[in-house]
Amino acid sequence: MLTIKNLKAKVEDKDILKGLNIDVKPGEVHAIMGPNGAGKSTLGYVLAGRDGYEVTDGSAELHGENLLDMDAEERARKGLFLAFQYPVEIPGVSNMEFLKASVDAVREARGLEPYSSVEFIKLAREKSKAVNLPADFLKRGVNEGFSGGEKKRNELMQMMLLEPSLCILDETDSGLDIDALQVVAEGVNALRSPDRSFIVVTHYQRLLDYIVPDYVHVLADGKIVKSGGKELALELEKEGYRWIEGETV
Amino acid sequence: MSEEVKQYIKSEYKAGFVTDVESSTIPVGLSEDVIRLISSKKNEPEWLLEWRLKAYRAWQEMTEPDWAHVTYPKPDFQALSYYSSPKSMEENRPKSLDEVDPELLATYEKLGIPVHEQEVLAGVAVDMVFDSVSVGTTFRAKLADAGVIFCPISEAVHEYPDLVKKYLGSVVPQRDNYYAALNSAVFSDGSFVYIPKGVRCPMELSTYFRINEAKTGQFERTLIIADEGSHVSYLEGCTAPMRDENQLHAAVVELVCMDDAEIKYSTVQNWYPGDAEGKGGIYNFVTKRGIAHHRAKISWTQVETGSAVTWKYPSCILKGDDSIGEFYSVALTSNHQQADTGTKMIHIGKNTRSTIISKGISAMTSQNSYRGLVKMNPGASGARNFTQCDSLLIGDRCGAHTFPYIESKNPSAIVEHEATTSKVSDDQMFLCQQRGIDPEKAVSMIVNGFCKEVFKELPMEFAVEAGKLLEVSLEGAVG
Ligand SMILES: Nc1ncnc2c1ncn2[C@@H]1O[C@H](COP(=O)(O)OP(=O)(O)OP(=O)(O)O)[C@@H](O)[C@H]1O
Ligand SMILES: [Mg+2]
Repeated sequence: MLTIKNLKAKVEDKDILKGLNIDVKPGEVHAIMGPNGAGKSTLGYVLAGRDGYEVTDGSAELHGENLLDMDAEERARKGLFLAFQYPVEIPGVSNMEFLKASVDAVREARGLEPYSSVEFIKLAREKSKAVNLPADFLKRGVNEGFSGGEKKRNELMQMMLLEPSLCILDETDSGLDIDALQVVAEGVNALRSPDRSFIVVTHYQRLLDYIVPDYVHVLADGKIVKSGGKELALELEKEGYRWIEGETV
Repeated sequence: MSEEVKQYIKSEYKAGFVTDVESSTIPVGLSEDVIRLISSKKNEPEWLLEWRLKAYRAWQEMTEPDWAHVTYPKPDFQALSYYSSPKSMEENRPKSLDEVDPELLATYEKLGIPVHEQEVLAGVAVDMVFDSVSVGTTFRAKLADAGVIFCPISEAVHEYPDLVKKYLGSVVPQRDNYYAALNSAVFSDGSFVYIPKGVRCPMELSTYFRINEAKTGQFERTLIIADEGSHVSYLEGCTAPMRDENQLHAAVVELVCMDDAEIKYSTVQNWYPGDAEGKGGIYNFVTKRGIAHHRAKISWTQVETGSAVTWKYPSCILKGDDSIGEFYSVALTSNHQQADTGTKMIHIGKNTRSTIISKGISAMTSQNSYRGLVKMNPGASGARNFTQCDSLLIGDRCGAHTFPYIESKNPSAIVEHEATTSKVSDDQMFLCQQRGIDPEKAVSMIVNGFCKEVFKELPMEFAVEAGKLLEVSLEGAVG
C-alpha cells in the first residue's frame, strides 16, 4: 500500500524528517507516537503534498506509484486522506457544498458519475449521523465556529464520505470527550477492511484500546527509533520516551 | 501564495473581442462645436442643447477630483472622440429589431445576451447600447401593454419630452461633480424607464453597454422613474474589447422613486480590466444616485469585476419618511486593477433605514477601497444605518482599505459599522486540495462563499452568472 524509504524533508531550511522508513500493507493499522515536535504532522503533510515541505531524499510510493511527483489534489484522488490535527475554518462555504465538491472530484478521478444533489444530501446526512453531528452542521460554514471535538468529527465524516484507501489520522483523538472518542474509534473500525490501511498518530494509549494497531512506531527527531506490536504503546505509556532515547543512544 | 498555485496565472477576459462594423466616429476633441454636433446628430430640441452647454461651461471651471485612493494618468480629453455609431444605425435607422445589422446583434449573442424575444431568458427585456447609440430594445410592445416605457433615452427626449425635461438632472445636477458635468455635456445613449402608478413591471429590464470603437469614450445616461406604488427590477451589464489604451467610461444614472415605489438596480460590471501588466483597460468613473420619497425603497446591488480604475458610489437620498436604501456590493480587483467604490446614504426623512453590505476582494497587486458616507440630517429622527464591510485578500501583495465617513446631526439616529479583513490562507487551500479539489475551484468556492450575502440579492438569472464571472476574473489571480 504505502512504502516510505529513507524519507528526508525540510521546511524553511530546517531538516525535520531525517531518513524515515515505513512499510504499510493493505488492511494494516500503524500507530505513530512520539514527542512533540518530532515530525509526526510533518510526515502527514509531506505525504499529502503540502506546499513548502521539500523532500530532499528518499521515496514514498502509494499503490506502487511515486507519490512525491503528484499534486496534493492528485494524491487525494488516488485515495490518500489526511485528517488534520488542527482543522481550518472556511467561512461562508457550506459544509455540504464543500463535501460535494470534494466527493465529486474524487469520484470523477475514479471514473464515477457525480452524485445527484438529492442522493448526496441523503448520504451526507447518514454520515453526519454516524459521527454524531446534527444535520444542521452540514449547512454551516466548513468548521466555522465548530468546537474542537466537532471539527474532529467533521474530519471523520469527510473520511467516511471519501472512502480513501490510505487514511492518516493526525491526533484525531486529541480534544475529544470520552463519548466522542468512542464514536471516532467506531467510525474508524467500521472502515477497516482488507484493502484500506491506516496511519494513526496519537499521544495516548487510550485510543489504541479502541483502534487496535498492528504496529506501533516511535518517531523521534525525524526518524523511526523503535517499532513493535501493540504492547509497545503500553510500555511507552508507563516509561515515557526517555526510555527509548536511553536505549538508542 | 505558493509557486504551484501561481502557475494558474493566465487571466482570461472572455468579452475582449472586437466587432467588425463600419462606424462613423466624430473627430477627436471636445468643444462647444462638438457638443452642438452630438446634439444635432440626435436631432435634439433646443432646450437640451442649452442644458448640455451649461454643463460644459460648468465642467470647464471644475478640476478633476483626486481624493480617491487610485492613481492613473489624467485622461487627455482632447484625444478622445465623443460620439461613435455603427453606420447602419445612422442612415435609414432600422425601425425594428429585424432590420438591425445581424453583425451587431451577434455581438450581444456572443456575450450571452438574449436578443430575440423567443429566447430562454425571455423574462428579461434588453436595451442594447453599442458605443454611443442604442441598437435595439426587446419586448417594447409587451411592456407598453402594461404601460411601462422602456426605450433609449435619445428617443425618450422626443417621445416623452415632459418626463425627460422634468427629471433629467433632478437627482444628479449638471455640476454635481467633474465627471457628472462631463457626462451632462456629451452624454449619448442610455436607457429611459417609466413605470406608471401602481404597476409592477412584468419583466426584468436590462441594458447592456458595449464599447467597441477605439479611441472613444462612452458617456451613457440612464433615467429610471418609478411612479407611486410601482415596482421595477433593472440590471445593467457592460463589456469592452481588449485594447492597450485606456478608454473612458463616465456614466450618470438617476433613479426617481416616488411614494411607496421600489427600484431594484443591479449591475454586473465587467469592463476590460487591462492585461496582467496593467496595460489598457477602462477608466470607470460613474455617478449613480437615487432619490426615495415616502416609504419608497431603492436597492443597489453591484458586482464589479472589470475596469482598470473604478470610481463609483451608488447612493440613496432618503428624502421621504420611512424610506429605505440598500447597497450590496462585491468588488473584485486583480492584477493592477484599482477600485474605490462604496455608497452614500443620506438620511433626510424620519425613520429612514439603510443597509450597506460591501465585500471587497483583492488579488495579485490590486488595490481595493471601500468608501462610504452615512449622513443623518437633523430631521432624520429614528433613522438607522447598518454597515458591514468585509475585505478578503488573496496573496500578500494586494491592498484593501476602508474609508467610512459618518456624519450624524440627529441624536436619535443609530449608525452601526462593522468591518473585517481576512485572507484566503494556505491552510484553507491545502485543506481543499487534500480533499481532491483543484486550487482554482477552491479559490472560487472560498470567494463565492465570501460573497454569498450579496449574490442572494441579485435577480436569480444573474446570481449564477455573477458567480461564474468571479471565477473567470480570478482565473490566474491566485498568486
Ligand atoms: N513552517 C515551519 N517553519 C519552521 N519550523 C517548522 C515549520 N513547521 C514545522 N516546523 C517544526 O518542525 C518540527 C516538527 O513539527 P511537527 O508539527 O511535525 O511535530 P509533531 O511531531 O507533529 O508534534 P506534535 O506532537 O506537537 O503535534 C517542529 O520542531 C516544528 O517547530
Ligand atoms: Mg503534530
